[in-house]
Amino acid sequence: MKYKLGTLAVAGLMAASPVMADLVFPSLSYRTGPYAAGGIPFADGYADYFTLLNERDGGIGGETIRVPECETAYNTEKGVECYESTKGEGALVYQPLSTGITYQLIPKVTADDIPMLTSGLGRTSAKNGNTFSHVFNFPANYWDGASVAIKHIMEQEGGSLEGKKIALVYHNSAYGKEPIRTLQELSKKHGFELAEVPVDHPGQEQKSQWLQIRRDKPDYVIMYGWGVMNQVAVQEAANIRFPMDKFIGIWWSGSENDVLAAGAKADGYKALTFHNVGSDYPLYDDLQKYVVDAGKAAGAGDQVGSVLYNRGVYAAMLVSEAARTAQEIHGVSDISGGQMRDGMEQLEITEEKMAALGLPDFGPEFSVSCENHGGEGFVAVTQWDAEAKEWNLVSDFMQSDQDVIQPLIDEDSSAYATENAIEGNCK
Amino acid sequence: MPEQLAFTIEVFLNGLMAGVLYALVALGFVLIYKASGIFNYAQGVMALFAALTLVGIMEGQVPFSHLINAILGTEVHHFGWHVPAFLAILLTMVVMIVLAYCVQRFVFRYLVGQEPIILFMATIGLAYFLEGVGDLMWGSEIKTLDVGLPQGINVWIDEFTFEATGYGFFIDNLDIVASIVAAILVIGLVMFAQYTKQGRAMRAVADDHQAALSVGVSLNFIWILVWSLAGFVALVAGIMWGAKSGVQFSLSLIALKALPVLMLGGFTSIPGAIVGGLIIGVGEKLFEFLIGAPFLGGATENWFAYMLALVFLVFRPQGLFGEKIIERV
Amino acid sequence: MFYREAGDFSTTYAEDQQTFPIKFDRYRYYVVLFVAIFVIPFMVNDYWVNSLFLPFLIYAIAAIGLNILVGYCGQVSLGTGGFMAVGAYASYKLMTAMPDVSMFIHILLAGLITAAVGALFGLPSLRIKGFYLAVATLAAQFFLVWLFNRVPWFYNYSASGQISAPERDTFGILITGPSAEAWATYMFCLIFTVFSALVARNLTRGSVGRKWMAIRDMDIAAEIIGVNPLRAKLTAFAVSSFFIGISGALFFSIYLGAVEVGEAFGINKSFLVLFMIIIGGLGSIFGSFAGAAFLVLLPVLLKIVGVDWLGWPTDIVAHLQLVIVGGLIVIFLIAEPHGLAQLWRVAKEKLRLWPFPH
Repeated sequence: MKYKLGTLAVAGLMAASPVMADLVFPSLSYRTGPYAAGGIPFADGYADYFTLLNERDGGIGGETIRVPECETAYNTEKGVECYESTKGEGALVYQPLSTGITYQLIPKVTADDIPMLTSGLGRTSAKNGNTFSHVFNFPANYWDGASVAIKHIMEQEGGSLEGKKIALVYHNSAYGKEPIRTLQELSKKHGFELAEVPVDHPGQEQKSQWLQIRRDKPDYVIMYGWGVMNQVAVQEAANIRFPMDKFIGIWWSGSENDVLAAGAKADGYKALTFHNVGSDYPLYDDLQKYVVDAGKAAGAGDQVGSVLYNRGVYAAMLVSEAARTAQEIHGVSDISGGQMRDGMEQLEITEEKMAALGLPDFGPEFSVSCENHGGEGFVAVTQWDAEAKEWNLVSDFMQSDQDVIQPLIDEDSSAYATENAIEGNCK
Repeated sequence: MPEQLAFTIEVFLNGLMAGVLYALVALGFVLIYKASGIFNYAQGVMALFAALTLVGIMEGQVPFSHLINAILGTEVHHFGWHVPAFLAILLTMVVMIVLAYCVQRFVFRYLVGQEPIILFMATIGLAYFLEGVGDLMWGSEIKTLDVGLPQGINVWIDEFTFEATGYGFFIDNLDIVASIVAAILVIGLVMFAQYTKQGRAMRAVADDHQAALSVGVSLNFIWILVWSLAGFVALVAGIMWGAKSGVQFSLSLIALKALPVLMLGGFTSIPGAIVGGLIIGVGEKLFEFLIGAPFLGGATENWFAYMLALVFLVFRPQGLFGEKIIERV
Repeated sequence: MFYREAGDFSTTYAEDQQTFPIKFDRYRYYVVLFVAIFVIPFMVNDYWVNSLFLPFLIYAIAAIGLNILVGYCGQVSLGTGGFMAVGAYASYKLMTAMPDVSMFIHILLAGLITAAVGALFGLPSLRIKGFYLAVATLAAQFFLVWLFNRVPWFYNYSASGQISAPERDTFGILITGPSAEAWATYMFCLIFTVFSALVARNLTRGSVGRKWMAIRDMDIAAEIIGVNPLRAKLTAFAVSSFFIGISGALFFSIYLGAVEVGEAFGINKSFLVLFMIIIGGLGSIFGSFAGAAFLVLLPVLLKIVGVDWLGWPTDIVAHLQLVIVGGLIVIFLIAEPHGLAQLWRVAKEKLRLWPFPH
């Protein structure tokens, strides 16, 4: 935010007294460190949406919104410190945007009765609301992404993947390993050969991996990367002249940062997404008017409409609608963490709702229930146009293969439940 | 030619190229260690800082813009001009020389004669400081570095080897450029050290500070010179690595890749950095290809490079080309 | 005036040889212990414990361990992160395999396992010295991290590769898991910290410590007078890894509760602990504590001042943190190259004579 540091020092000291009747949505952002390129636009989008609600509507249900930001630099210890320092302020929901911090916080938020939303990241089996009462990951998770990527490839190949070779280039961490099990199951089901190609953190050097891909000549490459690994991978793929339209990244490998460095050679690269792209929505006109032009944008105002910015707006939209739902169910406007959790569990996102908000077609329709905290698994494919320098949606929102994924979710969540002695939360 | 043999040769050649890139980073360490006995932990951050400054100058960014905007409430970001690459490199060199002067004047002048580990810690403080200043000055978003370096597969080699062996080898154009630049750098540095007055003074300082002082060599000047040279090497390394991945924080982590090279080649030898780099590059790529990927699941390069260097060290504890450590009781 | 040494006579060898022979020092130590054990647990909340005290105590144990190796024995090691990972994973396997055994036993066993691993990776020190050894220990660091990432047995075949500490209690009080009370986790770590500091202090004051220091000062001369370098170096690695393993186990089970090996125990951790002991003072137990406090508490304090009190943008504060920490390191080193412990020793020396100048 653009403040004069001097006046803010005074204001900060005066405002240091706690207990405001506000709705608090802490933003565990990372504007520094190795993943700053990805963290900055998301944090901007998240903060800007709430600023818009404050400016245009006076908040949610009459309560103003506060978005305290805390810098984690993607570091787990700092994430814990940020959580501990903000939870006492009446925090309603956490969106850590980091798988490491998410794993950290899963038991903590459950004990402190504050919900956590990890759309498209974190622990995939948190979809099972029976085991994970306070963790939500709608509208889609990593396994949905892998399955839809395979579906899209199948469509491109005319319906059959028998005998095809698909390589998975993944970040050698918990996040990157997420889709492996799902892809192995899918490879058994559809008859394709899966090659697993790990890339060590940070992924600055990927020569070996891409030489291997050049030798093995897979038909398609799926990538689960984050940070510098994405830029280098796209560059190396272009260097070995791998056809870009057969290179599909997960939603964390599909932002402008990842493809701009490679220039024109990245044209045609595809990425998955669980929300729409671009800034052609009535809400964005409001954002321009009330936030950016009024000088209240969280960042420099140049990220509006980028993929990660949209993700931040989408994330903010989901939790504000959940807050509204919570206010309706409980009949109070100053909701608590536990009430917010109930609101999230009864959230329903329909096309009418999104259009009324000014975001028509911005994401898939889904509803949350006690057993299902993860939505229906609808994911779409976008493609990069290097000349126009923009991402375009090239498919509809498709549903993932629930027959393969649901058993895996049940298996993983029951392992967690046994390890931590959790009985079912839903009646 | 049987396919496996062709693959092995391709991996070998790419290993050599990768090794050259590692050696580029290692050269900076060697220069400073040779002349002043300091292991410069900040070398990676210097490469990042140099690359950030280069991009900042080329794009006409206002330094400290985020801070200025926060304090004064203004919205300035860019001057509005674009500086051509060559001029920007020269200007960045000026900045690195100023940095070398400041480091010498404000940090190491007060630490003359201290133990190596204290000097090492000072470079750690310097690394933190420089990282913070670099981020404050130019911002922590990712920036594209484009100095006109070619990237992508070298088509001529691809076709030539395809006709010769039935499999087209992949050699990246950027790697070829990097090898040529590294060769020029090393030859230049070696000639500088051997044939110029300042170079000889540098070698004298590396040998014995007191003796060099007594024959009239200005220690301060030599140290500023060495840090400037290391800054120049850092800039080159930053350009080569930044062209591939964009300029961002992870660029400072390339220093870690240089450590096994230093172990193997010796901390005090310029040719050692090159030879060490080549051995490490080839070793880790061949291991990954032959054993790592098929049997161990891949991603073995990181630790294998260190293991390889460790094996060499067991037989030659001072590295292949390093100065023999003579201890007197 | 404070250090009234006049009239303070020792009548037994035990009194003469104690750690704090001067009465003022002894009483100061008792007061600090009293405050730590009886005052602080009643005053802390979740935030203070989780953000300040637990990391400080845990890193202090790691710093003590590394100080034994680097400060007392002179073997520079950058494998701290990997050894902490060994401690963490050992405690995880023990906790899940033997859920009824007390956490104290698990942590100690994890430390012993790490000691064995540390002695193994310490073998190159018999041949390699100085900064070369430091880089050689990096091999241990990277290899261990790769191993824990690669072999599914270590994380109990979980799909994600992360390990989470299940809830365990000791003497009926819950200490792991999110419902553990702040004071309980604090006391548990405090017990280990005091234990580590006591053991380390007495080891380094005894013949084992003297052998280590002989190796550090001039290992060839030490060998000539009869110090076995193999035994001395390997015991240094083993004892150091014991403490580092304990700190890693505590880091995982009590402080964080879930770790991912690449992020939590990467090379940054190794460098961080090394920085702590260099800033704090090599070869000093107090220095380990001072360095841990400096590098753990200072960034948090800067963040509280910058963001909460002054309300500056979070990224500017984060960058300023780096600038200030880096600047302070350089300033401290110029002022006192031997670290904060040396500053403390000099201050104590002056206090012994105060108000007289000499």
